[in-house]
This record gives sequence, C-alpha cells and structure tokens, in this order.
Amino acid sequence: MTMPAPTRASTPTSEGYNFAYLDEQTKRMIRRAILKAVAIPGYQVPFAGREMPLPYGWGTGGIQVTAAVIGPKDVLKVIDQGADDTTNAVSIRRFFARTAGVATTEATREATLIQTRHRIPELPLNERQILVYQVPIPEPLRWMEPRETETRKMHALEEYGVMHVKLYEDIARFGRIATSYNYPVRVDGRYLMSPSPTPKFDNPKMDRMAALQLFGAGREKRIYAVPPYTEVKSLDFDDHPFEVQSWDQPCALCGATDSYLDEVITDDRGGRMFVCSDTDHCRRRRDAQEEAAQ
Amino acid sequence: MTTPASLPATGQATAEPPRAPLPADLPEDGLLAVRDLTVRYGRRLGCAEVTFDLWPGEVLGIVGESGSGKTTLLNALTGRVAIDGGRRLYAVPADDGGGWVDLDTLSEPKRRLLMRRDWGIVHQHPRDGLRLAVSAGANIGEPLMALGARHYGDIRSQALGWLDKVEIAPERIDDLPRTFSGGMQQRLQIARNLVTGPRLVFMDEPTGGLDVSVQARLLDLVRGLVDEMGLAAVIVTHDLAVARLLAHRLMVMKEGRVVESGLTDQVLDDPHHPYTQLLVSSVLQV
Amino acid sequence: MYVAVKGGEKAIDNAHRLMGQTRRGDPAVAPLTLQQIEQQMPLAVARVMTEGSLYDPELAALAIKQAAGDLIEAIFLLRAYRTTLPRLAETQPLETTRMTVSRRISATFKDLPGGQVLGPTFDYSHRLLDFALAAEGPDTPPPAAPEGSPPEVADQPMPRVLSLLADEGLIQREPPGDPEARVGDITRQPVDYPAERDVRLQSLARADEGWLLGLAYSSQRGYGNSHPFAGEIRQGTVAVEIVPDELGFAIEIGDITLSECEMINQFNGSKTEPPQFTRGYGLAFGLAERKVMAMALVDRSLRAEELGEDIAAPAQDQEFVLAHADNVEASGFVQHLKLPHYVDFQGELATIRALRREQAEAAAGKDETP
Repeated sequence: MTMPAPTRASTPTSEGYNFAYLDEQTKRMIRRAILKAVAIPGYQVPFAGREMPLPYGWGTGGIQVTAAVIGPKDVLKVIDQGADDTTNAVSIRRFFARTAGVATTEATREATLIQTRHRIPELPLNERQILVYQVPIPEPLRWMEPRETETRKMHALEEYGVMHVKLYEDIARFGRIATSYNYPVRVDGRYLMSPSPTPKFDNPKMDRMAALQLFGAGREKRIYAVPPYTEVKSLDFDDHPFEVQSWDQPCALCGATDSYLDEVITDDRGGRMFVCSDTDHCRRRRDAQEEAAQ
Repeated sequence: MTTPASLPATGQATAEPPRAPLPADLPEDGLLAVRDLTVRYGRRLGCAEVTFDLWPGEVLGIVGESGSGKTTLLNALTGRVAIDGGRRLYAVPADDGGGWVDLDTLSEPKRRLLMRRDWGIVHQHPRDGLRLAVSAGANIGEPLMALGARHYGDIRSQALGWLDKVEIAPERIDDLPRTFSGGMQQRLQIARNLVTGPRLVFMDEPTGGLDVSVQARLLDLVRGLVDEMGLAAVIVTHDLAVARLLAHRLMVMKEGRVVESGLTDQVLDDPHHPYTQLLVSSVLQV
Repeated sequence: MYVAVKGGEKAIDNAHRLMGQTRRGDPAVAPLTLQQIEQQMPLAVARVMTEGSLYDPELAALAIKQAAGDLIEAIFLLRAYRTTLPRLAETQPLETTRMTVSRRISATFKDLPGGQVLGPTFDYSHRLLDFALAAEGPDTPPPAAPEGSPPEVADQPMPRVLSLLADEGLIQREPPGDPEARVGDITRQPVDYPAERDVRLQSLARADEGWLLGLAYSSQRGYGNSHPFAGEIRQGTVAVEIVPDELGFAIEIGDITLSECEMINQFNGSKTEPPQFTRGYGLAFGLAERKVMAMALVDRSLRAEELGEDIAAPAQDQEFVLAHADNVEASGFVQHLKLPHYVDFQGELATIRALRREQAEAAAGKDETP
C-alpha cells in the first residue's frame, strides 16, 4: 500500500459562505487573539467565539482557529484520537473541504495544518506546520477553583501552589502521580496551561516543538498558544519526576514500541490487542516494512 | 524547607494609588499599626475608629459580646471586609527591606504574597480554613507548595512534624479532615497556618465550637506554640478565660468601639469602664 | 489479521439519511409547511427566535421543521445561521411604553392607567385535553372570536406600573446610563466576569428557558430570598427603528412582537441606598411569558452584589448562572461525551491496571512475611 496523495476537494467552496466559513472580520478578530496568544505563551486570550454549525464540545474552538489561519494552499489533516477516520475527524475534514476547498491529507508529513483532538502525531512536526488543538476546558485550575474571577487572579499572581496539591494527593494515595491525560504544564516558566485532553505521553512532544501550537476553546471562548521552540514543562516534584505511559507489548500491526497504543477488544473472552493510536504512523511503518521485504 | 519567596521588587508595573504619608506615630519596632479603622454596614456601625499597635511576639485579645464588632474588626484587619476609613500598616521583615507599608495602597500581588507568607488566619469554623476534600497532609503541605516547595519527601516530613506538634497521630496524615473530630480539625487548621513560620496569626474564636475539655487542650497547645515560635497574634474571643490565658494585652469592644484597653491582668482585675465591669462580673469566677 | 474500522464517511452519510427519514415520518402523511408551524405553533417559534437570538418567524419555523421538533436543536440551527449574517445597523432602544399591547397585567395594583388587559393566555383554562382538536379539519370553523367590543387600548403610551412607583421614589431608579457608552454585546465580546447588567440581561435573554425557570423557582423557594411581585407583564408589538447615517433621523423598519416583565422585589437598603423596592427585568421575542417572568426573577437575583446582598444561593451567583445558561453550549458539551475518548480512557486503563498490580503485589508480599 502506498501513501495516498493529498486529495483536492472536488466541489469548490460552498455557495453563500465565505472561504473557510467565517467572514473576514471574524477571522481578523480571531487572528488578533492568536497573535496575542503567541506573544504571551500559555496565556488564555478571551475571544468572541462564534456559533459554528457544529456543536460546542465537538471542536468549535479548533475549527475557528483553523478557519482563521487556513489559506487556499494549505494541506489539512484532521485527527481525533490519533486517527484520520474517526467520525468527528471525517466530519471536520469534510467541513473544510466543503467551505474552503483546500487539499486534505492523512499523511502527517504532507500536512501544513493539523487539527487534532486528544493526540499529537508521533512523527516530529516541523517549522512549516501548525498544530491546532481542540480544547474542551482551557482552565487547568478549574477543578481546584471553579470561579473564573479567582483563577484569573491566580494566573496573574502565579499562585499555582494548589496545582501541586492535586499531585501531592496522587502520590500520597497511589504512590505516584495518577493523572494520565490533560496533565498540567508550565509554559516558558510562566503560565500554567492545560495541554487539552492529550495523554501525558504526548507532553514531551510539546516541549520546544518546531511547529506553532494553537489551542482553541469555542464554548469557553479562549485561545492560547505555544510558539515554536518554547519550553513546556510538565509539573512534578523533585523526587517524583514526570514520566510517561509505556506498554508491555509492541503495536500488533507495525511492531512499534515507542508509540501510544490503543487497546482493541477482539472477542468476548478477554482477547485484546494493542495497536498504534496514530493511524498514519502505523501505516507508514507498515509500508516501509513491506518495501524493505520486497 | 524551601526558602520563602521574596517580595517582588518595588517599582513593578502595577498601578498603585498615590500614597498618603505614613502616620507620624508609628512605633519603630512595631509589627502592625491600625489607625481609626472604620467599617459600616449601611447606617449601622461595624466598628469605628479603632486604633492600636502590635509588637512582635505580642498576643492581643479582642473581647466583647457578640455584635460588639470584634469579628468585623478582625475581618477588616485581614482584608475580608472592605474598610470605610482608617489605615492598616504592617512592618515588613528586615530581609525585605524593612519599614512600614500601608496595606491598602500596596499592590494586590504584594499584599497577597505578604499575607500568604507572613500571616496566618485561624477561622472559628475549621471548614472555612481547611480544604475538606484533600488529605490532612495536603492541607499542611499546601502553604509550603504555594511558596515554592517542590520536594514531596520534604513536604511530607514537615507535614508529619506538624501533625506531631498539634498532637494528631501520624497515621492520620492521608485521611480527609472531614473524618476528624472538631478539635482535631481545629488543630489541623492551626498546623496549616503555622507551617510556613508566619510572624502574625489572627484567630477568630479558636475554641468556639469545642467541648470544654477539648478547649483546654487546644488553648495549652496554642499558648505553647505562640511562645515557642515567638508569634504575634490577634485573638478574638467572647470568652474572658481564653483571653486571660493567651493574651498579653486586651481591647474591650462595645457597639463597634474600643471602650477600654490595657494589660490583660489590669483590665480583668481592675476594670474601669462600666461595660468591662459588667463583662467581668458576669463570668463565674474560678 | 485485525483491520481498523474504516468507513466513517459512509456511515455519516447514512446516518444523515436515516435522520432525514425519521424527521419526515410516514411519507403517506402530508409534509408540514412552514406556514403551518409559524401559524399554529407560535409559542415554539417564539422560543426558538428568543434563544436563537434572531427575530425571523419563518426561519424559526424552518429550523423547527428541520430539527424534527427538537427546539434546542432548532435554536442551534438558527444561531449557526445568525452568526454568518452581516450587521447592517443597530436599532434604537425599543420603546416598550409605546407597545400596542395584546395583553397587559399587573399583580400589584387592581386597576391602573391603561387598565388590565387579559389578552390571549392559557391562564384560567382547565387543562383538559380537547378532543375536538383531534378531529379538526379544513372544514372546521375557526375558533370563536372574543365577545363584546375590544377594550379601549388607545394608541397612546401606556405608562409602566413601575414608573408609577418610581414617581414616589419607592423603587430604585434605574441608573440613567451614559448615552455615549456602548452597550455590551455578547456576540462580539466574550463575557468577562463579573459581568455588568447589560451583558447579564443579554445572556439571560438567550438563556435556556428551563434553566431560568428552575433557578427562578429556587429563588422563590428560599435559595436567594427574592420576595417578588409581578409588577407588570405586557405583550404586544413594538416598532423597531434605526437611524441610517445618510438620513440622521430615525425611521421605522418594522414591528416585532415582544413579551416583557418587570418584577418588583423587596430590598432592605444598603450602605448607600435607603430601603426601597428594586426591579428585575425580562424581555423576549414573541409570546414568552414564562420565560420573561423567570428571567426577571433571575435578573434580580443576580443583582445581589450590586445591591450589597449576601451571595449565598445558586441563582445569585453570576458565574454559575450565566456560564451554564446557554443551551447551545450546554447541549454540545454534554453530548460531546458521545465522541470517542479511546486515548484518554486508555491512559486511565493503564494507570488503574498499574495501581491494581502494585496493590496486589504489595498484598502478596505481606502474606509471605510471617
């Protein structure tokens, strides 16, 4: 099997709507928020999020960010849970194919713009790429302090001690930090930031990433960003350093031992297998193996 | 323990209201100075024109019946009630440059850091001063983490040390405070407030909801800790026995105003103001 | 050999086709027309317009039809359409004192200038299923017209009940407002807490009716001490005016139907205010009496801070009330749980397995030691 070439959408931009759905004033407003977010890494910039034709909680923040930065020459990849073919990824990819007429791809290396929910691709990203995260709850302090008026003060004054209380409780109770996804990070030594519900396995990829990382929370109306090559540090204790998940077995399809694995239940007698959650990564490895075998 | 974070350098880009000159009568070696502090609730007075000084290591008792304004005064001192007049001044420690600062013109970051690091507040109801949903250890550890402690083992051993000091069994360290008795919760609250080594502690009826036998034990504990750590304290109580046991000096409040003040023994044994005389005589002599 | 499930695109297409069939129902039954919905379900249309923040009965009827009667889905459709519309002009403030009323009642005064006008209402009807409606057909004569001559509702300003109280100084005067200051706009600026009353009222106007109803009810039952009186409720049509730049004076661009409610609430006075009555305000498109009454109660509850009252009840807590009031947001986020969460769940699975293994090993170790 070979890599599918980027597909140019057959139908041009949907009638009656602007390129990439949003009107240009709205895009400018979002771009201003993005610029501010890039200038203050990790800071949540309020923006006047618009109603989108997709429901809140289904990626409206990411879609608005993508719509604001996408151009006709961009090649778009959309993943959900690491996979290009999950229903919501299909639906969002289709939305942009329809409203922007841009080329789409499943290949990480060919994409210039990647919108994601819950994963960072395994293939290291480069300077010419932008990674857009869909964020449900942008505020990392939300679970300790539900009030926006209070969390805003905590950020302004860098009062982040309470975040360590949660980690302390984990260690006291379980002997280790039990937070497995949405694991809080400190950006550029200043703002506490939620990486969105990606598994902590992906946190190290955020650190000094070559690509620009943009985060959009539509319902909560916040945009934040990590500029290229910015330090992203996962919170931990000196004597309980941050560590990522690992598996006892390799991917059942491609044999990868360094990727995040999904568990697939194969029968009702407890049979299960583990496969790469990043479908592009897995396919690329299998293609390479086939090629080498021939 | 991690060294406490120092105050942000002055001249930070935070807007501060123009400073009125400091009052001329501030004691050189004082810790807290209050001048004409007034709080109003509509047309009713919370407290009016309260003036006093507090020195390091000194325990000041504020006594009076309920409704006399003593809790309002405490809330005004700790910034939980907005004041309608007067000034609150605090002498910052020498390693922060020393000198008096006006708490109401200090920028919020500085004021919050100062209060977090130098002050403790023990509430009458432990539930107001504890995080009931996290363990006893985390309750004691949180102020340390808020000041930058990042070593789990150190935080834990300090928490254990403080549990011992406040006479809570070490095996309760991972239990939630809501499984504790009222007296234990109050002792835990005290540990949480003292773990960072503050200079000044405010206590609002610290023995309020407790049985008499539990009260005596708690008072002993507080007295020991205050002596040992050289703490200054402002203690609000309606209980003259508590005042006699803990306070060096007393202020008697009635209808929002201070009607009498002086050394504890002096005030209780030779009350001058008729209201103080009434208070003292209404207590069974023991 | 395991092959990952594919075919998302086809599944989505088919799902939409199936929903299309479900919406249409039995094709032997004549399809609903938008006119039928607009004319015969005006209260549903009103709710969709209000919470959809768009006054257009025909589009609201289309949304209701497309949503198969799911009003929150219809509201969502209308909002998503609204967001793409250009803003051509801003209207002048609506003069509801000049409303041509179809209904106007006050629970605080028996009679008042302009009179009580009961108008169309379900109130005082016995909620008995009317089986005659089941047999209604094209030949059924239309419902009987009201008897007697219509009340003398002259085309002149009808004073508000609350203004009568204000003349005596018994009710808090609404702060006059700076005519130069721009009114907040929650569709252009994210809500910033604490929010001012203009922004709060906008949020409440598009808030879910059920949410407001529950909160308003809680404030009456003691969670927030509201002590309300329905000062005035009016329904009717109001002219909408704009001032085009090239003209420089106001012109009417049409009429809209509105429901308005002003509640009167007790207030004990504060540091700066003597004891007096205070107001809560509700406004909605179309006939939406329940919505505006609930809105007015919640508006008043949310003024606790401004009036120096304790904030003790949920209905007084503006972050709690406003941040969860929008049913388009709420419905989306609750239902997003249907989306795959394989990756996060895998993380939790791995953690729980590891913890259980450690615990089992620790237990085994203990057993071995005598």
